[in-house]
Amino acid sequence: MNITNAKYRNGPIIIEGVAPEANIGVDCLIDGKHVVVPTDPANRHYAEILKQVAAGELTIADAD
Amino acid sequence: MSKAAELAALIGSQTAQGNKNLVKNGSMVVSQRATSSTSITTAGYYTVDRQYVEINNAGTWTMTQSDDVPAGEGFAKSFKYDCTTADTSLGTSHYFIHRYSIEGQDLQQLMYGTSSAKPVTISFFVKSNKTGTYVCELQQLATDGSFPRSGKAFTINSANTWEKKTVTINGNTAKFTPDSNARGMDIMIWLAAGTDFTSGTFNAGNSWTTTNNERVGALTVNIADSTANEILFTGLQMEIGEVATPFEHEDFATTLEKCQRYYFESKRVGAGGVDYGQVGRISNQVQGLYTQPLPTPLRGSPTITANPAYNTGSSWNNNLSGVTNVTWTGAPALYSWHANKNSVEWSVAQTSIASGYVGMVIQPYANTGQSENYISFDAEL
Repeated sequence: MNITNAKYRNGPIIIEGVAPEANIGVDCLIDGKHVVVPTDPANRHYAEILKQVAAGELTIADAD
Repeated sequence: MSKAAELAALIGSQTAQGNKNLVKNGSMVVSQRATSSTSITTAGYYTVDRQYVEINNAGTWTMTQSDDVPAGEGFAKSFKYDCTTADTSLGTSHYFIHRYSIEGQDLQQLMYGTSSAKPVTISFFVKSNKTGTYVCELQQLATDGSFPRSGKAFTINSANTWEKKTVTINGNTAKFTPDSNARGMDIMIWLAAGTDFTSGTFNAGNSWTTTNNERVGALTVNIADSTANEILFTGLQMEIGEVATPFEHEDFATTLEKCQRYYFESKRVGAGGVDYGQVGRISNQVQGLYTQPLPTPLRGSPTITANPAYNTGSSWNNNLSGVTNVTWTGAPALYSWHANKNSVEWSVAQTSIASGYVGMVIQPYANTGQSENYISFDAEL
């Protein structure tokens, strides 16, 4: 699984003035497709991201 | 053993009961993603649902849902691998494996980690031009984080002929399987492997080991060694006990529903390009929030993908019906998923819109006119 351009994504603003939930996903390209992977270890894509991060093959940039 | 005793044993083993097959879509009839995919060199789900290819530097492949099936067995579809670029000399760590994964909570009946751990029997039909000895392995993803494995060899005897293969593997009395929606076990049918997996003494399926080089010592073939090679599977079944019973056929709708626990697509209908079933609201000036009804609750948090990608040809908008379109500025992201509930919510960033539109009903809209626009929800193992 080729994962690049990884960056955390915050949640949507549900109520104006209330800060969104932080790091609900990882915005990235997986095999060339742009997706946002939920930060749930039971998600196979996130499991692979964690594996590649642990192996030093991938870094995840902070959310905007 | 008398016939009556055999029948009693069969009933007692639970293999004579319905829903005996721990494999979903073993008849290869459901193929939501595609019926054919080409130029495959990396691991993934490509065509037939729930059937995963583990591949690491072992040629290039076309994968197809095929109509080539064994005669007289009631099958209509099979899964076909066709080599298009060969790899005649595999590196030590390279491999090619057909994998099927099962949730841990569906395996508790096997009672792994106890002295009562039960054997399972795996059966399938296979056809290939490449005769020789292959290995069918179970890989447990145990609660302690280890990966115990136990495999048995099987032989394809006749080229280009459908054959039924059966292997029985003892239960693992030493390690528990997680009682959750996490991946608990893999059926691994090895089709090629480097020496990292073959150099040790093959354990012949009677014990469980975590030693990598003992996994597939019996493997004598490299399915990737020629572009003439192809291999097809159907009728994959795993059942409790030491007897392979006939494949458990089921109606298409039942199999589809089982598969949609792991993956489904919401596809547009009508000329307007609006995705059926998805209605949302403008949650603030720069974001839309959608609720997606699910045909069956998803196994876990899905990865949501717009197809085509949101930023290819300005394809996707939030459509305020009859008012305006607001262009997406990012990929869709899961907002909430809850176990065993029948919808998920997702959000997507959009170009800023006047505050007066906040709260208005929207639908996702692909404006490039493709008939194949869809949004996929992937909760596979």
